[in-house]
Amino acid sequence: MKLLSRRGSLRRRETAAGWLMTAPVIVLLLVFLVVPIAMAAWVSLSNWTGIGSPFSSDVSSVGLRNYQALLTQPGLPQQQLGESLRNNLYYVLFVVPVQTALALGLALAVSRKRLAGRGFFRTAYYFPSITSSVAVSIIFLYIFGSTGVVNALVGYLGAHGPNWFNDPSGVLQLAYSGLGVTQAPAALANHGFLGLPWWQWLAGPSVAMVAIIVLAVWTTSGTFMLIFLPAIYAIPSELEEAAIMDGANAWQRFWRVTFPMLKPALFLVLTLGLIATWQVFDQIYLMSQGNPAGTTLTPAYLAYVASFSDQQWGQGAAIAFILFAIIVALTVLQRLVLRDRGTVAGDRA
Amino acid sequence: MSARPFFSRVSSGRVSSRRVSSRRVRRLAGRTLLYLVLAVCAVVYIYPFLLSIGTAFKTDPDAIAHPLNPIPSHWVLTAFTELEQQDFLLWLGNSVIVAVSVTAGRLLFDSMAGYALARLRFRGRGAVFSAIIAVMAVPSVVLLIPKFLVLKQLGIYNSYPGLIVPLMTDAAGVFIMRQFFLSVHPSIEEAAKIDGAGIFRTYWSVVLPMARPALITLTILAFQGSWNDFSDLLIAHQSPSLDTLTTGVGRLVSGQLGEATQYPLELAAAMAMTIPVAIVFFVFQRFIMRGPEGGVKE
Repeated sequence: MKLLSRRGSLRRRETAAGWLMTAPVIVLLLVFLVVPIAMAAWVSLSNWTGIGSPFSSDVSSVGLRNYQALLTQPGLPQQQLGESLRNNLYYVLFVVPVQTALALGLALAVSRKRLAGRGFFRTAYYFPSITSSVAVSIIFLYIFGSTGVVNALVGYLGAHGPNWFNDPSGVLQLAYSGLGVTQAPAALANHGFLGLPWWQWLAGPSVAMVAIIVLAVWTTSGTFMLIFLPAIYAIPSELEEAAIMDGANAWQRFWRVTFPMLKPALFLVLTLGLIATWQVFDQIYLMSQGNPAGTTLTPAYLAYVASFSDQQWGQGAAIAFILFAIIVALTVLQRLVLRDRGTVAGDRA
Repeated sequence: MSARPFFSRVSSGRVSSRRVSSRRVRRLAGRTLLYLVLAVCAVVYIYPFLLSIGTAFKTDPDAIAHPLNPIPSHWVLTAFTELEQQDFLLWLGNSVIVAVSVTAGRLLFDSMAGYALARLRFRGRGAVFSAIIAVMAVPSVVLLIPKFLVLKQLGIYNSYPGLIVPLMTDAAGVFIMRQFFLSVHPSIEEAAKIDGAGIFRTYWSVVLPMARPALITLTILAFQGSWNDFSDLLIAHQSPSLDTLTTGVGRLVSGQLGEATQYPLELAAAMAMTIPVAIVFFVFQRFIMRGPEGGVKE
């Protein structure tokens, strides 16, 4: 009887201690994460202009009008959202595959057992990852400046480098004109989506955006290399040896042995990459402010400008929620697609 | 596994020895190519830093005239003296205050929560843990506007608490600590408990000292994260006296648009603000770059 009550009080003590020890984290996350989301949700439905509290009686609900202005009503907000989505889409399409492939390649190379200078190479590739976005942005403004390193190298090759951060021409559009298509076909020029003609959607990233894409790949490939490394080390060496015994060449060994074992790490890298690239903000704020001609505008930066500069808080919050929805939808979609493929491969094995 | 080539070399004379030597040549060529590619990549990753360090000591015209040469034609300290006039020391001080407070907060709060979630049996533990995992999935940029709204509402916008408190915990840190405590055998704590130590005493004097490796990882992540943070600090203040290195230097860069760019000044700022994280990185490198010996537990 006495023992039982002691156990009960111990249980109660553990419960109290458990809640007490998790309380700071719970409170902080509630106050700075859950409450803000709820507040922003209200602001996105309101006409608050940043003056006073968003809960004061002067502020009233405008329903879904902020979302309509962005998604269905032709006008500047819709066009800017369309532009920013196009820009960010190309950013994601270029950055994610390139940084993932590069990270995997670097990880495979520096994980070799007999590689002189392994530590040096690893440190070299990882170092940009620990540098702040501000410092990296400055470095790239210099490197891709009109008199910068890249153009000096291009000059050595006898060509004339572009004025990177002032060049709004889309690289795909440059390719089309290289193929002789200089004018937009009427069907693509007169119809569009989100206030942007299809021809503009197909323009590709601008020259300015390409410089920012290179920056992103350069900065993050080292981070993701570090995610691949333990996964590569976790592959039992017997597998590789067995494949060698079976006469598999290096190419076959990579695709049949190494690659399937790396699928979980690959999935993680792709997910993290996708989530991060849809949120590009710092570099845009620091390097281009959406210029030239709106070709480096991204939803995250657009939301910031709409709120903090234009005082259109409702619209800014609405853009943030649209971005949130895009990220969630794409993450779920990616999970479905990759998981399906995973099970098919699993069935075969 | 080298048994087969060795055997064939012995058994079948010249033809196969030629085949072996051609294979050796191919392997040598492959290795050379590998080193070449790795070296070129290393140059691409490291040379921008060397250039930036060198250019910080250049004059403005020199920086524009010789972009590829990291060695200045005249060494000058103009960039650094000008940085000092630009409130650089104030920004440095603010960055230290923010990074140290944030790191201390995360060490304490994340380790406490991680310990409770790993060891203490209490009603609601599962729910708390799932909520923290769910929180990790919220994209941080989406929170910029909402966070500003809350800071204003709480009246801590444009103050040190406004810069620090929102960053004082992170779900990922709690997760790391919990995983660590799960991987440690509870026997030592049980011994302390039998000796009559209370839960908090056990945590403070037995568990925390044991958790050193995880706490070091957390320190690196928290320090680096808060030192390098830009957007969260940007939306939390307005007055220049609260600028940290990232927001101060950021203002310097984005405000200069249109004027002739002073590359040496900007690069000097970029390199100077990188020194502290670089030191932390090189001191704790073995904890970050774990090789095959101490592979990260997944």
